[in-house]
Amino acid sequence: MTRRRKIVFWLFVLGGLHGIVLCAGFFAPYDPVEQDRINPYLPPMHLHIVDAEKHLHLRPFVYASRLRPGTFDQYVEDIRQTRPLKFFVAGAPYRLFGFLPARLHLFGDGKERIYLLGTDAFGRDQLSRLLFGGQISLFSGLLGAGFTLSIGWCIGAAAGYYGGWRDDMLMRLVELFLALPWLYLLFAVRAFLPLTVNPLKAFFLIIAVIAAVGWARPARLVRGIVLSAKERDFVRAARGFGASSFYILRRHILPETSSVLLTQAAILIPQYVLAEMTLSFLGLGVPEPVPSWGNLLSNLQQYSVLVSYWWMYLPALVMAPFFLGYLGLASALQESSDAYKIEKRSLGSLA
Amino acid sequence: MRKRPGTVAHCRILFRLFIIFFALICQPTFTKAQQNNPKEESRLLSGEIGRSGGRLVVSLRGEPKTLNPVIAADARSREIIGVMQADLVHINRANQLTEPALAQSWKISPDGLAYTLVLRNGLKFSDGRPMDTDDVLFSFRVYLDENTHAPQRDLLIVGGKPIAVRKIDAQTVVFQMAKPYGAGERLFDGMAILPRHLLEKPFQEGKLGQIGSLSSAADQWAGLGPFRLKEYVAGQRLVLERNPYYWKLDSEGNHLPYLDELVFLFVPNADAQVLKFQSGETDMISQLGAENFSVLSRQQNGFTVTDAGPGLEYNFLFFNLNDLGEKASPDFERKQKWFRDVKFRQAVSSVADREAIVRLVYQGRGAAIWGLVTPGNKRWGDANLAHPERSLERARALLKEAGFSWTTGPNGESTLQDSGGKPVEFSILTSSTNADRAKMAALLQDDLKQLGMRVQVVPLEFRSLLDRVTQAKEYDACLMGIASYDADPNSDINVWLSSGGTHLWNPSQPHPATAWEAEIDGLIEEQMSARTFEQRKKLYDRAQEILAEYQPMIFLASPDILAGAKNSLGNFHPAVLEPYVLWNVERLYLKSGRENATR
Repeated sequence: MTRRRKIVFWLFVLGGLHGIVLCAGFFAPYDPVEQDRINPYLPPMHLHIVDAEKHLHLRPFVYASRLRPGTFDQYVEDIRQTRPLKFFVAGAPYRLFGFLPARLHLFGDGKERIYLLGTDAFGRDQLSRLLFGGQISLFSGLLGAGFTLSIGWCIGAAAGYYGGWRDDMLMRLVELFLALPWLYLLFAVRAFLPLTVNPLKAFFLIIAVIAAVGWARPARLVRGIVLSAKERDFVRAARGFGASSFYILRRHILPETSSVLLTQAAILIPQYVLAEMTLSFLGLGVPEPVPSWGNLLSNLQQYSVLVSYWWMYLPALVMAPFFLGYLGLASALQESSDAYKIEKRSLGSLA
Repeated sequence: MRKRPGTVAHCRILFRLFIIFFALICQPTFTKAQQNNPKEESRLLSGEIGRSGGRLVVSLRGEPKTLNPVIAADARSREIIGVMQADLVHINRANQLTEPALAQSWKISPDGLAYTLVLRNGLKFSDGRPMDTDDVLFSFRVYLDENTHAPQRDLLIVGGKPIAVRKIDAQTVVFQMAKPYGAGERLFDGMAILPRHLLEKPFQEGKLGQIGSLSSAADQWAGLGPFRLKEYVAGQRLVLERNPYYWKLDSEGNHLPYLDELVFLFVPNADAQVLKFQSGETDMISQLGAENFSVLSRQQNGFTVTDAGPGLEYNFLFFNLNDLGEKASPDFERKQKWFRDVKFRQAVSSVADREAIVRLVYQGRGAAIWGLVTPGNKRWGDANLAHPERSLERARALLKEAGFSWTTGPNGESTLQDSGGKPVEFSILTSSTNADRAKMAALLQDDLKQLGMRVQVVPLEFRSLLDRVTQAKEYDACLMGIASYDADPNSDINVWLSSGGTHLWNPSQPHPATAWEAEIDGLIEEQMSARTFEQRKKLYDRAQEILAEYQPMIFLASPDILAGAKNSLGNFHPAVLEPYVLWNVERLYLKSGRENATR
């Protein structure tokens, strides 16, 4: 029961986090590519309830920021000018879930801009970029893991079930892919592509590349389980009754792999999010100005940004709850998995 | 162009006297006598009197490839060569004028074709061997030899013919040009005089290119500059020591350079250089980016950072105007139709937010530019060049005139389309290693979006970018920067002339493709042979105005030259010309001995 509760808990956490990112347009106050050229590297504005004269405000507010004269990136709070936070305001148009046109934002302030997480070098709202960037990063992780697992599952099952020369051949292929230096491979792939790749193509390219090199490990795991499962009594019995290979695979063997696949998924998704971030960090991912977490972090390649603007680290922090969620889910899944025990038992008898 | 007063012979006698005196008499009384002698002012340098001794550590962005000026093409090699070699006439980096160096004086014949240079007396190479006109003759023979492929060769071909060099006596040499050449003496800057006694044999054997590698022993190479090679540790550092035979003296008659040693650490990236400077490992830093400059200026602790003002680097956008002939795809031909339209280019220029570029990219430490001559160039800027404000309306009007129109897309955004109804989309190449230019491109991308142009920025490794632009010519537009090495217009000659290799939008044309390019060619060539500064300036101004009108290059901004040094370093005066901080290396000195003890 507690195991089940754990899984539900982590699923709930992850669902919430993904929901926020999915509805980035609503939660983000501004268009992520809109530049506000008079406010570069503005630090996060502080939310206040009590103002300078010790008056309590029911509606949280921020003070306007002014550039300190003669500086480029030093701001002071202007305590004469308050900007109250308004909720459910109309703002920049966006498309909810990618197709529903909408204008409603969780918060904002009609005219004056509010930067709760500061701005970047071009005065773009860091909070909006973070949320929209999550769409690219998380969904490339999810899709990449989906593709990887389907390829790995098919190849692993085929190798394990049919055995013999097919198994040998496929497993050598797996080893080859495991040995590939994938990062350099990506550089090479990118070099052969046309010069200009639009953001959508770049996004799918990343997913394709991640999936193409990542399927080997899950394929191996699935093969191991299929190997042990196909020798079990009820499978032999089914075969004795004249069941077809396809039927046995579908009815008896593949269900055994489901919990391994789920656990793998929970491990692979954050890994692939990280892969997208690495690629974008190195400038191989989605092109600017489209945000992704890797793009946001690539600002940190500059020493001056590293030491001057702490809020540029936020994308790295935001990853933490997501990764924690996925890893928590992975361990909960593993604990509750029956197949895990079967696998252990069979491995024990093999030894 | 400027003649030194006094006759050559008079000069020589005084010079010899000076050498004899110098050997015999104690220095203080001697310098007083010398200070009254105007002929020797160039040898005796102004500036603070320094303390001899100590070592200066600076970082170099990677290993130099060679110490041989004949084959050096990379900036790092040239920086090292600059402190190891000397030229006949030198451009003073502070006032951008020429001054005597190895040649104590020069005279130009009335027809402007012959330059007579008189060498200083008693010059010696860093290995102690004397230097005379034979070395000068040899050096120019090497530079002009086709088989050595010296980068200097192009500069020495004036009016289609190589400069002829003739020896008069051991001290006097005449350079004969086929055509008058404005500011001819500036040619000699950077033409290092080579040691004939070491290089003649390899030159005759055709092996000159193999000489001067860093790993070769210090005694295989000699120069006339303030420093000579002491030690080279591959991948780590290059140590130079004082050249005891160096010819410059300070105003008290002390031998220069002041420093005993000059150490170059190989630090490949700008941020690592900043860290090394911050931690005190290096004494000096140059070519600072604006962001790093502000990081350093916030925590000035034992060091000072200096803004030397706008330099000679100009950043600009240009479109591919090459005639690709059959190679061009129909898609690209359609794009080129826009690019070739002057109004299209003017519209792009009109919408570029130069002020934002200066503020956001250079943190205000730079200048917006509308022409190739930057504010850092003190004499050659055209005061009449228009500096139009950024105007979206003007850009729209220009595009409308050129037959473009706008449609509103499904998301409510307006898209620019050409007369054929095709949306205006193109890509801008930029160097992936230059963060400043990447930022500039991002700003430009957003500016152009306001005109309804869909622009993609493509960061590319610099070598392959250059390949695409100058060789394959497969690109739409490109954002690039060029730093002139001299304030004189002739240093940008290859950008101006349609036959030039860095006439980037359409390089190396056999015939000028457009009437205005032909006109610029004419003006620049005329300017080269004009005799007075006023004549040259008038012609050059006109060329600048044509360039501004036709906008083949859309000039954006020029960054300031930013540098920093420890407070203990004396005579540190960064200049806007290359080498920004080492130009007066012989006069740099350490104010106290402590710095030596720390290493």
